[in-house]
Amino acid sequence: MPVESNKSIIKRNMFTENQVLRAILGICSSLAVTNNMSNSLVMGLGVTFATALSSLTLSAMRNLIPHRIRMIVQTLVIASWVIVVDIVIRAYLPDVSKQLGPYVGLIITNCIVMGRAEAYAQKNPPLPSFMDGLFAGLGYTMVLLIVSFIRELLGFGTVFGIQVMPESFEVWTIMVMPPAAFFIIGSMIWFITARKIKREQKGGK
Amino acid sequence: MLTAPPISPWIIFFASIITSNMIFSNFLGMCSYLSVSGEYKTASGLGKAVTMVMVLTNAINWLIHRFVIIPLGIEYLSNIVFIMVIAALVQILEMFFDRYMPDLHAKLGIFLPLITVNCAILGATLFMVIRQYDFLQSVLFGLGSGLGWWLAISMLAAIRERMAKAKLPPGLSGTAISFIITGIMAMAFVGFSGIFTIQ
Repeated sequence: MPVESNKSIIKRNMFTENQVLRAILGICSSLAVTNNMSNSLVMGLGVTFATALSSLTLSAMRNLIPHRIRMIVQTLVIASWVIVVDIVIRAYLPDVSKQLGPYVGLIITNCIVMGRAEAYAQKNPPLPSFMDGLFAGLGYTMVLLIVSFIRELLGFGTVFGIQVMPESFEVWTIMVMPPAAFFIIGSMIWFITARKIKREQKGGK
Repeated sequence: MLTAPPISPWIIFFASIITSNMIFSNFLGMCSYLSVSGEYKTASGLGKAVTMVMVLTNAINWLIHRFVIIPLGIEYLSNIVFIMVIAALVQILEMFFDRYMPDLHAKLGIFLPLITVNCAILGATLFMVIRQYDFLQSVLFGLGSGLGWWLAISMLAAIRERMAKAKLPPGLSGTAISFIITGIMAMAFVGFSGIFTIQ
């Protein structure tokens, strides 16, 4: 298999095959942490870091891992990187860590990390795998920031904690509650899928 | 550090089914919730398996956390230990069912491997550790969370079965409509909030 160019890796992971909206992976945390933009940013960067480095490590080890026990090895490598993320966030951003609660530890079972390891890193050399993990994580961060922008703007009238809406703005309480997360991500998936179907029809397929 | 919150275990049990439902308020276990909810029977089978594993892992992980991890002072390794316990337990359960209860294995067997990567299981353990529950509280929290997850996936599967023939705009069918349905169900569950609170 020829090595994929960086440009194609970026485009694939950020847009055409976005992990959250197209592959429907990593949904749990994208719903749970998005009522606040700064939490989403920290979470997104944590996932990016864990995905990129797990892909790098697993790809470097790919010829040493016996095929039958690869799941356990993958889980262990991912868990180690997630612990690093958890410790760093706890040390430098204690408030954010408290708000994110168990969701940082839950990056271990975030399907994006495992998905990239299984689908890409075990077949490709370390450097492209690193890029693939990095941009898969950034694609996830991008979706998180869009969702949390909508929720924070309408739910609190703020962006990154800074008041932007006028004082008279009536906040939409529903936006900070769980149902809004489902509605927003559901509509985004609807929009993206509908556009893809339309483009395919236009293409004559 | 090890004082359990003064909440009756039964309050935790009911709250974790209704007001702190794994799906509707904690968003855990979404991957299998979305992908296995096409058919009611299968969804319900997965729900049962999740409930059982959640009770057992919460009990075992509580004991390990209390009697091994804390005395040794290796809290930084706890996530790895928890995920290994879950993986090992699922493997053992599968072998046990295969050997002694072939009927149950035929029904639940295919779901067991899926459960290892179900984040609701690890999530229940992490919540239990963060909130410092005692043993009984942890077990009932596991049971309640499992039942709540089972309830949620059964409801979505039942609705999706009836919706299978409905005409939807292209793009909305499949995952997107599952999200919208879940959102509406979550809104209904918001109505319960205030009956119990655990956090």
